[in-house]
Amino acid sequence: MPDTPLPDLLRSAGPLMIDALPHARAIGMRVIDMDWGACVASIPYAEHLIGDPDTGVIHGGVVTTLLDNASGLAAFLAGDTPMQVATLDLRIDYNRPAVPGKAIYARATCYKLTRSVAFVRGTAWETEERDPVATSVGTFMLTEVPEYMVQLAAQIGSQQ
Amino acid sequence: MNGRNRIDIAEERARSQALRDLIGRIPYARFLGITIDRRGDEITTTLNFDEKLIGNPVLPALHGGVIGAFMEVTAIAQLAWTMPGAPLPKPIDISVDYLRSGRPMDTFARAIIAKPGRRVANVRVEAWQDERARPIAALHGHFLLRRDEESGTGA
Repeated sequence: MPDTPLPDLLRSAGPLMIDALPHARAIGMRVIDMDWGACVASIPYAEHLIGDPDTGVIHGGVVTTLLDNASGLAAFLAGDTPMQVATLDLRIDYNRPAVPGKAIYARATCYKLTRSVAFVRGTAWETEERDPVATSVGTFMLTEVPEYMVQLAAQIGSQQ
Repeated sequence: MNGRNRIDIAEERARSQALRDLIGRIPYARFLGITIDRRGDEITTTLNFDEKLIGNPVLPALHGGVIGAFMEVTAIAQLAWTMPGAPLPKPIDISVDYLRSGRPMDTFARAIIAKPGRRVANVRVEAWQDERARPIAALHGHFLLRRDEESGTGA
């Protein structure tokens, strides 16, 4: 990855990959930090995200969604021009239950980029990154963004 | 119609209701709009389409994480049906293959228990939309069946 700061084009388009997604908004997902091929995103704790009503532990699927989204954004931020990103496969290891009541963070890092595939690792935690709730590894397909999509994305972005 | 048959029918319906209640008790499954339908031992879940499930507004397509979560709930429902009265299974790991983009419509899923172990089960799930033979995604994963271990999400 270059030593230069992230170009404005990627920096401004990056959060759109979360903010412009109805589902990411529905669960309160936010981008906290971005760099070349890497990002940190978070989801606040909420009642409707609970997976086990007896313990109040958040559902594994919420963590999956956060890691998928953060990994896709990391893949997007790995190239020097905006590309369309699609998940090919995603493997999640649930290391332990998340502590109820706490927001969950996820860091995703693209550790290898080829012309059409990005390989991404991810970690999710609530208190300390060293003590993960879940870890992930995924592959993402990259394709050129057709011009009509650039315009449509810009439209969606301006409506945010 | 003798008494024995009537008991069977009542018992079967009670089991169906217990399964619906189990999924209905999971707030996140309610939030996603997952419903459940049983024919004998075959369980089909439905992810009822809603705008809030969209992950790509440009295409538009369902969020990949939602499709993964939906298949995870399907695996848990199938395990819960197969082992009535046991605690809610917890996912240890899942692997999701995305085959086609999920269009903005209802999605269905079915699970097969590949290996029902004593402590850990291996489950496979397929999700499809308009054609059963053209799945949009597949999941396989391991689920913890007993509460005496530390791994798994706890949810």
